[in-house]
Amino acid sequence: MNLLEVKNLHAEVAGKKILNGLSLTVEPGKVHAIMGPNGSGKSTLSYILAGKPGYEVTEGSVAFNGQNLLELPADERAAAGLFLAFQYPMEIPGVATMTFLRTALNSVRKQRGEAELSTPDFLRLVREKAADLKIDQEMLKRAVNVGFSGGEKKRNEILQMALLQPKLCVLDETDSGLDIDALKIVSDGVNKLRAPDRSFIVITHYQRLLNHIVPDVVHVMARGRIVKTGGAELARELEAKGYAAFEQAA
Amino acid sequence: MNAEVRPIRTPAEQALIGAIEAARGKLPGDTRAKELRDAAEKSFAEGGLPHRRVEEWKYTDLRALMREAPPLASAPDKGAIEAARKADPFAGLDLRRLVLVNGAFVPELSDLAALEEGLTIVPLARALAEGNKLARRIGELQPKKYDATLALNTAFLNDGVVIEVADGAKIARPVSILHIHNGGAASTYARALIVAGKQSQSMFVESFVGPGAAAYQTNSAAEVHVGDEAAIDFIRLQAEGGAALHLSTLLAKVGNGAKFSLYPVASGAAVSRYSVSLNFAGENIEGRFAGATLLRGKQHGDTTMMIDHAQPHGVSRELMKLALDDESRGIFQGRINVHRGAQKTDARMATHALMLSDTAESDNKPELEIFADDVQCGHGATSGALDENLLFYFLARGIPRKEAEALLIQSFVAEPLEMIPHEGLREKLLAHAGEWLKARA
Repeated sequence: MNLLEVKNLHAEVAGKKILNGLSLTVEPGKVHAIMGPNGSGKSTLSYILAGKPGYEVTEGSVAFNGQNLLELPADERAAAGLFLAFQYPMEIPGVATMTFLRTALNSVRKQRGEAELSTPDFLRLVREKAADLKIDQEMLKRAVNVGFSGGEKKRNEILQMALLQPKLCVLDETDSGLDIDALKIVSDGVNKLRAPDRSFIVITHYQRLLNHIVPDVVHVMARGRIVKTGGAELARELEAKGYAAFEQAA
Repeated sequence: MNAEVRPIRTPAEQALIGAIEAARGKLPGDTRAKELRDAAEKSFAEGGLPHRRVEEWKYTDLRALMREAPPLASAPDKGAIEAARKADPFAGLDLRRLVLVNGAFVPELSDLAALEEGLTIVPLARALAEGNKLARRIGELQPKKYDATLALNTAFLNDGVVIEVADGAKIARPVSILHIHNGGAASTYARALIVAGKQSQSMFVESFVGPGAAAYQTNSAAEVHVGDEAAIDFIRLQAEGGAALHLSTLLAKVGNGAKFSLYPVASGAAVSRYSVSLNFAGENIEGRFAGATLLRGKQHGDTTMMIDHAQPHGVSRELMKLALDDESRGIFQGRINVHRGAQKTDARMATHALMLSDTAESDNKPELEIFADDVQCGHGATSGALDENLLFYFLARGIPRKEAEALLIQSFVAEPLEMIPHEGLREKLLAHAGEWLKARA
């Protein structure tokens, strides 16, 4: 069974049509990259998958693990195994990162019918995952993303991903705002999570990220739908030729 | 024909004047204290309670809200003192405790032993009776305009605390001034005077608690003198019982190069008003106001703050957060006056109200009055519901909506509380906000 099946998806935001008949199938264990120019609907797709309010699906369907994803509230989608790494992670003054991580992990475990983690077990798990991403303990004591650099915010997203053990990870321009070193750390973190039962949708403008996270499938998105699909070589072709040709084709 | 203007007094005003008359001669102090009380009585008899046509009281029409004036609280008996032992909201912290029960200083609950070098604390009633020199400074700080609540506090001047921190003294252990009400409907009028000498450092925490059902009234006032290059942190928790009327005044005068930070937290009383007037009289002052108000039910909570930047190079930051549920009404009036010649003043004020129901009301009134031409001043005011984008971030991590809301409200009110420089007090006040939230769910 395919992990994700998006069929003929049409969607609007505030009355404006953004997605125009998008179809996408993601198999378990695969990494799909979605590339495309600004305004092509990449982020909208990620928000619709994650269940952000304000996005209206007017036509089409999304099946996640055989379940109708669109009828689940956002927190239940997360518990079902969908994870969105935000392009702009929110700052939450007053909520310590540790508190946030623990609340999220225990909420998800509870909804999955698993026992909550004890404090020592939780701390051990966070320390281990944080070390992989070179996140120091001081950062975890601070309020979520407050005063974090761009790179720290993105690493924090990947840390959450590692803790929640999702089945499908949607990375929305995770490379934006990252320097070369941070890009390497984040990519290594993602690669470490690659598994036969875990899939990825990597949304990006640039080939750069795909040198680190090598995709199985590359899609080109323009004007609200996928206009071309190919292998990793398609990303290099795009980098050389640009999006213009595809935009016209759409 | 000349129409004679006869002030029509409300029953509460009549009762208050009656109570002042009745107390006259029974209150401690020398001629000066008597003169102070008499002058205050006179001004109250003329001015009466404020109403909504008095701009500073626009949103808190005390003449309408203060229907009755319960009798003066009597001195606490043994039972009241014993009960008060369990009422400390900061229990467990290492503080120097000064405890007032029903407006009277209680030595057996207070800690006056082994005062740090440079720290002087005298119960006000004793200071007045003994003609203590420091106590003669009470009334030195005056509001710019007639203020009924301060006038009443002065007219009943009887007990409280007088504290002096000597020049250069650094007092690490915070001084707690705990006001406990015990028993039924009664009125208390406590006063605190704090005189911090040059280059001294000290921290104070003032708190108010009382029973939920009694319609008692608290009127408290504090006068704070901050000497040149001194630093004071003043933390406050108003957690009065839900039927109480709480009126409180803070007057501070701050000297050259000094630092004064005020952290007022309020969640109690049916009706409350905190009037703050900070006179930044010296140059290079660093001021901070960081407050939080949490209201529910039909609570009415008013914080009115005025800062005068009178001299150059002053910096101040004001942040107020109000979380308003049910049919509560939260008010913040903040006014910054930059005087002529107070160049290079840098003052920024922000007030934010979080509306947790459709029926809550928030009145935010920021004001700037600037008479200098080389200053940086700004203010911002917002009222709104929880940020849906932030909520979505929680939901996207699997956190259910209700839990996400609780964490977000906590984070909203935590911002000013996080600035409290004492870890124990900060944690207690954050926990207090947490308890308030739990009661919401």
